[in-house]
Amino acid sequence: MRLAQHMAVASDRVRATAIEATEFPELSRSYRVSAVPKIVINDRVEFEGALPEAQFLDAVLRAAADAA
Amino acid sequence: MAFLTDRDQDAVRQEFTKLAGPVKLVVFSQELEAAELCRQNEALVREVAALAPDQVTVEVLNPVIDRERAEGYGVSRVPGIVVEGARDYGIRFLGIPGGYEFSNLIDAMIVASSGEAAISAETKTALAGLTSDVDIKVFSTPT
Repeated sequence: MRLAQHMAVASDRVRATAIEATEFPELSRSYRVSAVPKIVINDRVEFEGALPEAQFLDAVLRAAADAA
Repeated sequence: MAFLTDRDQDAVRQEFTKLAGPVKLVVFSQELEAAELCRQNEALVREVAALAPDQVTVEVLNPVIDRERAEGYGVSRVPGIVVEGARDYGIRFLGIPGGYEFSNLIDAMIVASSGEAAISAETKTALAGLTSDVDIKVFSTPT
């Protein structure tokens, strides 16, 4: 969540939501969360585990490119 | 019931010396939906806010009663928290922020207080070029 929330502050385009998976089982199911942290960007690009900043950014840009 | 031990409180107070401006925590609670979780979430937020009372304010909204504002924030689930600084930067927590997410909540408050993201200049430049909205969901568990 740390990188995501800093990106949200850096860009008006970015929103970051931390979701406590056990409290929202229906959301966790619909996003097929089996390991945490699981990151889902624009409901399209997803990965598990922490990524270095450059790779996290790549995932964000990929998700944004898909949306455009 | 207190959530934070004396040691936790000291650590958070220490972190809060980095607060650079006012922070507002908008808490979303709805007793009918998740009474106990909402009560605990609200209590935790109030404990945190009490550690920097001059800079941190708390507002509690009910997504059903305060529907328009909740929709404005894009929050329909409870318990939830929006972390605002000089403006709403788009930082939300759904569920009680425990474990790692507690550290992230404190970090979110600090970054929102200044509006200065601690990421590289390259990342900032790339994000400045975004032409569509990006929604990042981070699923985690308290342990």
